[in-house]
Amino acid sequence: MKNRGLLMLGIVTFGYAFLYVPLISVIVYSFNDSRLVTLWGGFSLRWYGVLLEDGEVLAAAWLSLKIATITATVSVIFATLLALGLNRLGRFQGRALLTMIMTGLLVLPEIIFGISVLFLFISMGEWIGWPTTRGATTITIAHITFATGFAAVVIRTRLGALDQSLEEAAMDLGARPLRTFFDITIPAIAPAMIAGWLLAFTLSLDDVVTASFVSGPGSTTLPMLIFSKVRLGVTPDVNALATVIIVLVSVGVVLAAVITRKKPKPDLA
Amino acid sequence: MIFQDKNPGDGRRQWLRYAISVPYLWVLLFFVAPFFIILKISFADPIVAQPPFTALFDWAKTGFEQLQITYDNYLFLIQDRFYSIIYLSSLKMAAVSTLLCLLLGYPMAYFIARQPDRRRNILLLGIILPFWISFLLRVYAWMGLLGTHGVFNNILMALGIIDSPVQMLYNDFAVYVGIVYSYLPFMILPLYANLARMNLDLHDAASDLGAKPWQVFLDVTLPQSKPGIIGGCMLVFIPASGEFVIPALLGGSDTLMIGAVLWDEFFKNRDWPVASAVSVILLLILVPPMMWFQKSQAQQELE
Repeated sequence: MKNRGLLMLGIVTFGYAFLYVPLISVIVYSFNDSRLVTLWGGFSLRWYGVLLEDGEVLAAAWLSLKIATITATVSVIFATLLALGLNRLGRFQGRALLTMIMTGLLVLPEIIFGISVLFLFISMGEWIGWPTTRGATTITIAHITFATGFAAVVIRTRLGALDQSLEEAAMDLGARPLRTFFDITIPAIAPAMIAGWLLAFTLSLDDVVTASFVSGPGSTTLPMLIFSKVRLGVTPDVNALATVIIVLVSVGVVLAAVITRKKPKPDLA
Repeated sequence: MIFQDKNPGDGRRQWLRYAISVPYLWVLLFFVAPFFIILKISFADPIVAQPPFTALFDWAKTGFEQLQITYDNYLFLIQDRFYSIIYLSSLKMAAVSTLLCLLLGYPMAYFIARQPDRRRNILLLGIILPFWISFLLRVYAWMGLLGTHGVFNNILMALGIIDSPVQMLYNDFAVYVGIVYSYLPFMILPLYANLARMNLDLHDAASDLGAKPWQVFLDVTLPQSKPGIIGGCMLVFIPASGEFVIPALLGGSDTLMIGAVLWDEFFKNRDWPVASAVSVILLLILVPPMMWFQKSQAQQELE
């Protein structure tokens, strides 16, 4: 019995170490003065300086932030409507297809989505004259599409746990459906909508494959830039960039967890 | 009206029926329609469709309409053994990674599900946190750990365990590490959600009453966690089999994964019809696991 517990504890410890050792290593080496990324040359902040002066990185980061903000906002609206439809409308025509699409959005390898949505844009350009070029707009459209699937999962989980009788009661008492929606449903699922927004934002900010297919000249997103840098090997300024992102995200996630702690059962994502 | 109510009488949610059609049409246009387009291009003539780099856009203007239907792309993929080997190799790598994720993720999910509420939330946060940090950068982090002059080699050499650096990066081993690492949260979260719903204390009681703990686990816990296992495995296996970033950054020249081949076919060889045919076949291979996943999800929802 004792051995079984120890084995389990060993696996769990290994699992957490496995998840965090790479992150810690990147943070440590971002403060390395040496140009040779894996030899320790003393503590230094020089790579952060390099990063701040790199116009290309800053421009790409700005573009990615803009795309991610629009993506998150639109996809959380779409996701809320789809989640409500699937959880509240009962059977409707096209429901089976919609659930299949939602699953597809979650698991389809990005590379298939990227290549097929690019061909759609080209065909559309041919048939209806839009889009004529590819860039930030086509990336945003593609991102909204797959991010909607992920945001919907988070919101559906919450909707499923929500007691419907409040909505029914409001409507029985004469509240109009839209009023019920804004006064009862939205406040109840707001935490999940925020989580969904953040998830969509993160996915958009992180996507390299789809963006590579549907971007055009002059619209290089941050992940595309990072990917082209690291494809040739480890570079110290990417370590600094990674550290900035790791710290920002960690602070955000931990803060969100602390704030929502009082609420019953925080959502998974 | 598209979304006709099969249960008339409840007109209260009429607005939702109209509102949902916007995102529905959006995903139909940008997610479903593209499959028909790659299907069509995959039957296009590869000779016509092999323009030099600069002519790509011109070719796009002349239109897909003028392309003649041919099965050459599929014949090419079937006849060239290279592609069958790559498909099999991708599926094997995805399957092995999925199994490794399960072997590591199941004990972790089980452990977390057994903790008191407070500690449970902190441990869960520990699983979710890496998932929020850039996937690309987390894969990149392994390049620094596994490299010839990377952290692991330096430590092993300093400890005197090895005399010269071991090749850990740019091979299949690194790709397995990368996939298991990146997809582990996708395995743990559905497993946890499933295990947390069970009354694991009851299972303990069974063993206290004399049942062997392993017997209880194999006879009760494991069968009950089947939906979680299927969910977790599919969330890892399906995307992993088309993975591109991980083999591109961590794999070697002999790492065979279809995602990387598809990328080269598209960006290097500029052969759009063959790239489309490669995607269509991958998609067809992934349809059965997707259906299976879908079915298990639907069953779980009913419970």
